[in-house]
Amino acid sequence: MADDHQHRESGAPAPDSQGGRAAPGAQAPAAAGSPALELRGITKAFGALKANDGVDFTLRRGEIHALLGENGAGKSTLMNVVYGMLTPDAGEIRVGGEVVRVGSPRRAMDLGIGMVFQHFMLIPVMTVAENVVLGSEPRRGGLLDQRGAEQRVQELSDRFGLAVDPSAVVEDITVGQQQRVEILRALDRGAEVLVLDEPTAVLTAQETAELVGVLRRLRDQGTSIVFISHKLREVLDVADRVTVLRRGRTVGTVETAGADEASLARLMVGREVLLRVDKQPSEPREPLLEVEDLHVTDDRGLHAVRGLSLTVRGGEIVAVAGVDGNGQSELIDAVAGLRAPTSGTVRVAGRELTGADARTVRSAGVGHIAEDRQRRGLVLDFSLAENLALRDYRESARFGLLRPGRMLARAKRLLQEFDVRGGDPGTPARSLSGGNQQKLVIAREIGGNPEVLIAAQPTRGLDVGAIEFVHRRLVAERDAGRAILLVSLELEEVRALADRILVVFEGRVVGELPPSASEEEIGLLMTGSGPGTVQAA
Amino acid sequence: MSVTAPPPEGPEDAGLDPAPGRGSTVATRLTTHVGVGGVVTPLLTTLLAFVVGGLVVLVTGHDPLSTYKAIFDGTGLNWLFPWTSGADRDTAAINLQQTLILTTPLILVGLAVAYAFRAGLFNIGGQGQYTVGAIIAVWVGSSFAGMPGALHIVLAVVLAALGGAAWAAIAGGLRATTGANEVITTIMLNYTALWIGVFLFGLGGPLQSDVQREVPVSNDIVQSAHLPVFWGDPELQGLHIGIFVALAAAVVFSVVLNRSTKGYEARAVGFNPDAARYGGISVGWTYVLVMGACGLFAGLAGAMDVLGWQFRVATNDVQVSQIGFLGIAVALLGRNTAIGTCLAALLFGALLQGTSVRNLDPSVFPPELAGNLTTIIQGLVVLIVSADVLVAWLVRVRLRRRADPDPPATSVAAT
Repeated sequence: MADDHQHRESGAPAPDSQGGRAAPGAQAPAAAGSPALELRGITKAFGALKANDGVDFTLRRGEIHALLGENGAGKSTLMNVVYGMLTPDAGEIRVGGEVVRVGSPRRAMDLGIGMVFQHFMLIPVMTVAENVVLGSEPRRGGLLDQRGAEQRVQELSDRFGLAVDPSAVVEDITVGQQQRVEILRALDRGAEVLVLDEPTAVLTAQETAELVGVLRRLRDQGTSIVFISHKLREVLDVADRVTVLRRGRTVGTVETAGADEASLARLMVGREVLLRVDKQPSEPREPLLEVEDLHVTDDRGLHAVRGLSLTVRGGEIVAVAGVDGNGQSELIDAVAGLRAPTSGTVRVAGRELTGADARTVRSAGVGHIAEDRQRRGLVLDFSLAENLALRDYRESARFGLLRPGRMLARAKRLLQEFDVRGGDPGTPARSLSGGNQQKLVIAREIGGNPEVLIAAQPTRGLDVGAIEFVHRRLVAERDAGRAILLVSLELEEVRALADRILVVFEGRVVGELPPSASEEEIGLLMTGSGPGTVQAA
Repeated sequence: MSVTAPPPEGPEDAGLDPAPGRGSTVATRLTTHVGVGGVVTPLLTTLLAFVVGGLVVLVTGHDPLSTYKAIFDGTGLNWLFPWTSGADRDTAAINLQQTLILTTPLILVGLAVAYAFRAGLFNIGGQGQYTVGAIIAVWVGSSFAGMPGALHIVLAVVLAALGGAAWAAIAGGLRATTGANEVITTIMLNYTALWIGVFLFGLGGPLQSDVQREVPVSNDIVQSAHLPVFWGDPELQGLHIGIFVALAAAVVFSVVLNRSTKGYEARAVGFNPDAARYGGISVGWTYVLVMGACGLFAGLAGAMDVLGWQFRVATNDVQVSQIGFLGIAVALLGRNTAIGTCLAALLFGALLQGTSVRNLDPSVFPPELAGNLTTIIQGLVVLIVSADVLVAWLVRVRLRRRADPDPPATSVAAT
């Protein structure tokens, strides 16, 4: 086995693939030199499926080490093994040079391993301090020592430079701050190895930048960090070294200095990946989506969209760029018929649809790739065929009865056309990987042959291979004459796909830019401080 | 294992999340099967409940096996055995008729609970909906004396069902418009229906008997409005055709839920209301319709009992009836499927009948205690069904042991 990996690793195209190999030699003095965490030949199978197949991974002391791989490459499985949530079928784990058995998360904590999950494990109604100390509460006379807890959290927060208010209630603070609470909790348990599972997936650009700062400070103070991600740029930005997993195996470990996105993408996917979107200049036709002076309130009744106007013509992709929370979600909901605007108009192909319900909007020719495929885009417990029917189960029904034969035939066709893998029409959508779930949503929405397609964060959480597919498909739909409204927080994506970029700030379009605009230009407008460019039509 | 690089385009993500239904091992397939309503878990649940019930019998100093045998004979299910003959066979036939008479409303109230469960609602109001159905059935059945029998029956049944539906739809409407939890509202509607019944049939109440002025009971329904008896003696409470109505309702339940657009909407709302709304389904309206359908089933149950064998309703009947609550146990054990509900209803109907005072041989087990035994078993079933995760887990561990002589520790699903 070990031989095998040696070959594979040294066979990888990366120049520094021997990095991981150096570790065993340096292990003898079990002091500063020994790696903080070492995994050798970790194998974990689920049924016939090998999620990890002899994975090697070495985390040096005081480094940020990214674990990069596509969805389903085995990153999370590996880290769940490290955190004692899963027992490996084979392989060994060394912490500080010692071979250990991590049977449970509690044992992992005792070994100094802390984990921050993608979905936070916080209790929303408790304060920051209560959440941090939960499980090892300071007591006074059998009661929680509130003051002591807050003090403890404050000290920790000062020491590591993670600013939080210990007395704030968790549900009131931002997602970025909640993540800090998770990190603090791990540090409070004495974590020397910190594993973060896709920590930036839930963060805004600003919060991501702050997180990177926090992680660097932690590293400089001696914490060793495993940073799981599938975003190439981010990994190059944050990590000192990168280990790439592909289909359950280590394909190489490289220093980020000297690596670039293309080389990492190749390692990750196993082939050349087109990082730029290939497209012709757009040929806009008649306006298909017209939004005028739209006002929409959010769930709390606050004005989220305030007088927004935009037009999307057939054959063009118009991107709405902005910092999260500047009315994008409410705009999408209002156009899709999921939220009634307080004033203004929405017209689709000349037909007024202001305040119409979702069914009317859909049948008027609007497709909607939802922002959150699991919460909204799919019924995870429905089969693929049932999910694909969500848009038009009524049209294909007769006498109020569904026609399973038709549903099945249509599902087969769409699954093939949109390359949805991992299941047949009868498989529950839940068991597909994120990328394939997204393809399923896209298949349904485009399969409905809409005139206007709303694509909200269409590649969120997807790996490079799937992103490439989605981008190509959106461009193809544009070329077929559809009007595409792209709403994305990824500036890179906005610039790659859009024919026109509308920057929103506080519920209004504050400027229109061509896709050739630099990220700095867009970024400046996004913060509301840009030079007043042309107001969008 | 090869040293060459993997092929450039493999099966993209063979789905490394350990989600159920992916692998092809017996254990994972079975788990999936159980997850979507397989038969193994309910069977084990029932078995376990009977074993614990048997222990209780043992503790009271009786023989569990002969007790269960006596209960079984009391259900009349021994009629199905060809070797039961002579007088035994006649007794068995009568017992089985009684079992099926009890099974009929249990199927219907079970469906009333199951349909709601499938749409993500918890209908605790089966009892109230049943009561409303019974009230309407007895009112219609005891009025319109001159009407032709078949028409009279249809009218009573349809109005009772619609009454139950309207009653339940109140809870659906409240959920849709104000967000009021249907658990609370259906419980409240149960009490409301109960006291309406007590008022109507109580002394001096508008529907109290014209003949027995001193008894809190309704008028008898007219003879022509009795449901036809097709097995046994009509004078001795033979089996009425309600059982076919219940079975037909189960078929309708299954077709509507799995094949109709309304059922599709109900299931979509049950699994994920956000996605349903996004797909263009009106979630609020679906709640109303779903609760209405539930009330339809429960109201039908009330009508079957009144027109089939009770023929009158006393305030006491309204107050002591537990049938709607049994429906919850039936639906749970039946895993909210049509077939499962029918079988669970038969089980509970048989238990009620087999342990009733008049059926159980007092020399084997005191019948006055046997009713409690039924309740114990019912309670255990609900308890164990609620903890069916545990049973499914046991099944999985056992199967894995068998499939794999060197089992890894049980895995916790990642992510």
